[in-house]
Amino acid sequence: MKADEIKALLNEPACAHNAKAKSGCARPKPGATQGGCCFDGARNALLPIADAAHIVHGPIGCAGSSWDNRGTRSSGPTLYRIGMTTDLGEMDVIMGRGEKRLFQAIRQAVESYRPAAVFVYATCVPALNGDDIEAVAKAAAVRFGLPVIPVDCAGFYGNKNLGNRIAGDVIHKHVIGTREPACKAGAHDVNLIGEWNVGGEFWNVAPLFDELRLRILCTFSGDSRFAEVQTMHRARANMVVCSKAMLHVARKLEGDWGTPFFEGSFYGIKDTSRAFRDFARLLNDPGLAQRTESLIAREEADVAARLAPLRPRLAGRRVLIFTGGYKSWSIVSAMQDLGMRVVATGTEKSTEEDKARIRALMGPDARMIEDNDQTALLRVFEETRADILIAGDRYIYPTLKSRIPFLDIDHVRAIGYAGYAGMIELARNLDRAIHSPVWAGVRATPLWAA
Amino acid sequence: MAEITASPKSLSVNPLKVSQPVGASLAFLGLARSMPLEHGARGCTSFNKLFFMRHFREPIALQTTAMDQVTTIIGADDNVVEALRTIAEKDKPELVGLITTGLSETQGADIPRTIKAFRATHPECDALAVIPVNASDTMGCLESGFALAVEAIIEALVPEGRRKIRRPRQVNLLASSMLTPGDIEEIKAWIAVFGLTAIVLPDIADSLDGHLIPAGFSTLTYGGTHPADIARMGESAATLVIGSSLDRAADRLARRTGVPDYRFPGLMGLAASDAFTGVLTVLSQNPVPPGLLRQRAQVQDAMVDCQFQIGGTRVALAADPDLLGSLVSLFQDMGAGVVAAVASARAASLADLPLDRITIGDLEDLENQARAEGADLIVTNSHGTEIAARLGAPLLRAGFPLYDIYGGPAQVWVGYSGTRRVLFEIANLAQGHFRKIAPYRSIYRGEDRHA
Repeated sequence: MKADEIKALLNEPACAHNAKAKSGCARPKPGATQGGCCFDGARNALLPIADAAHIVHGPIGCAGSSWDNRGTRSSGPTLYRIGMTTDLGEMDVIMGRGEKRLFQAIRQAVESYRPAAVFVYATCVPALNGDDIEAVAKAAAVRFGLPVIPVDCAGFYGNKNLGNRIAGDVIHKHVIGTREPACKAGAHDVNLIGEWNVGGEFWNVAPLFDELRLRILCTFSGDSRFAEVQTMHRARANMVVCSKAMLHVARKLEGDWGTPFFEGSFYGIKDTSRAFRDFARLLNDPGLAQRTESLIAREEADVAARLAPLRPRLAGRRVLIFTGGYKSWSIVSAMQDLGMRVVATGTEKSTEEDKARIRALMGPDARMIEDNDQTALLRVFEETRADILIAGDRYIYPTLKSRIPFLDIDHVRAIGYAGYAGMIELARNLDRAIHSPVWAGVRATPLWAA
Repeated sequence: MAEITASPKSLSVNPLKVSQPVGASLAFLGLARSMPLEHGARGCTSFNKLFFMRHFREPIALQTTAMDQVTTIIGADDNVVEALRTIAEKDKPELVGLITTGLSETQGADIPRTIKAFRATHPECDALAVIPVNASDTMGCLESGFALAVEAIIEALVPEGRRKIRRPRQVNLLASSMLTPGDIEEIKAWIAVFGLTAIVLPDIADSLDGHLIPAGFSTLTYGGTHPADIARMGESAATLVIGSSLDRAADRLARRTGVPDYRFPGLMGLAASDAFTGVLTVLSQNPVPPGLLRQRAQVQDAMVDCQFQIGGTRVALAADPDLLGSLVSLFQDMGAGVVAAVASARAASLADLPLDRITIGDLEDLENQARAEGADLIVTNSHGTEIAARLGAPLLRAGFPLYDIYGGPAQVWVGYSGTRRVLFEIANLAQGHFRKIAPYRSIYRGEDRHA
């Protein structure tokens, strides 16, 4: 991928702060860098397409320590959980055999696993060697008679956020619009973009869509099938769940097919209700609006009743949130729903617009933490006299070692927090973490040392 | 003698192999106040760090030179120098392991030259030891990367020449990547009951056993072998080498110091444990302590109790070569049959294993062979969970990574008590999957017998 192509991907006209420096995409500092590369981000975004084969083209370093490491769940096929890599050896690299090996690898994947499609992820070493994965993919698609999608995402191009964008771009260029929905498009076909079904959490929300008579044409990409992604152009409204990184896809769909979109989140009661209202608004159907209001009234009353015993245990508790991107504001809102006080939030991977949302939620003095250094983060925890840290799994052990209550909000977790039901799960887990007797146990001085 | 066949596939499916940089980093995680630094793109390190975190459930000291598109093309030497300086300033380690990856190797990084440049421009960091390891992920596996790092550590920190001082009660222990922190703890205690002390290289039991410290969080390792102790390895009475992967490192140590060594392919099972105990009696001139004899009698008892369940079991194994070899002897000692054996990479030791065939391959190979052979026990890392479920056989988790259990690294596999624990675990797994005879109901049986 050329430098100007990368620059074009980082350009986001739909973002109010597009002119500013791209804070989500800072240059990595050698010796003090955390976080994944753009291959990581691209594969994360596409891996939940459950009936596709996902082939990592590179030496073992790229896939060997990272395959099948996501919490995303499928209701059907499990092909996406089979780790596949060309596992390039010394001779492949020296002799320039990468392309040939990749072609044969695609053949093998097709013959052994009959995937709906094949995604090929280029990594650093083949990129450096100049392997033309686009040409290999084209030839393989013709030869084997199925879509073979090249994803040019060498890790050294940039960070995870860029990888997300590359994935969105690939889907727009190669997949969306290549098939029509099997049955006639209903009045209320919608897409969700940037929802990953971590821990199956979207299944908390999915029944409510059925009840509202909203057909989800495709969730990009949690629990999705390749054929569904192909039909995304037929939706009447799109919701962007993971904020900016996937905004690109929604913007392109709006430009190409006139599909309106909104950005939202299913974390928290207010945000979940707002998402349903936004669908009703975009679809402009009074009947739907009415159904939505009665559903919201029922669900909010139900969740309020179930949260009532937990509220006094959580109200006023101080939370430090450190998570990237859209979660930096969507979780803030969920915490506020519970009456908890968010004392600071991390903005490492957040875009300028994400930050604007944080200010809107937490006020102009919102403390934002850019630095992803673990020691610095723990210092902020002490300074802000927080009761619990909510962060990705990268921070779990530094935090627990420091004898500090922790809640994991990463994409590899097995617990789902989305929707009204997810809120109860979230509250229960927060309560358990904050009030666990182990903290007193591990902080106490033993009798003989007192 | 085993016939070694490489899987002819172009696509590795459900990889067993983990890269050399991961192994090299692990070795440096067994040193005190240490920071492994991988010379590659940030993604390499991010994946590897999470891999270790999920396995050990510990914070992991690991950094990257963060090569990007420009530096990959025009040369990333500056990245290395900057990374070393940043780490020296920020984290203040005593030692940095500078590990190449497939990316920097392909790009043609010249690590020794880069270290020279760092030394020339940053004299204030002179106290920081920087140990380079070439560990491309286009070759080998975790185990071989680990062994390369151990060799590099010896080369860098053990002074050449026979030492005047001899410490008759001090031994060196070179510990292969197959040993868990639990194993190393066990071996240290084993050596200690003979009145000997061990310098363990590397000591992941001291750093990755999982223990809270008063300071809470540290960006460096939580323990491990001190460089000063490594420098004294030449004063030891003997070197004990566990794992054939460390043969080259052991050769180097012996050449540098003249310290005699004793090599053990593994310490699982009664026979292997007896061999180790035997050497300790010779080195210490002490008889076997009663406590150890009691443990030995206990494992004998476990062997006779468990042979019903384990004898005749058809086992399918997949692991790095050292661990594979250890497991083969453990199972064969119990009368179980190894019907499928898959290794992640080639190693000299594989050819000597008493098996007909070993495949260099992945977990798809393991699954296919296990199915064809009707295996009734699968032994591999946590990625075997789905495979075992598809095969309807129980899974004994061993190797890297163990991400779906707690306390995996604390498990002890070696020595008398470790062997006993493993035998019980295997027997329980086998018992849980015992296939009872299906009831037969005679066609002549009357309805009145129904009740």
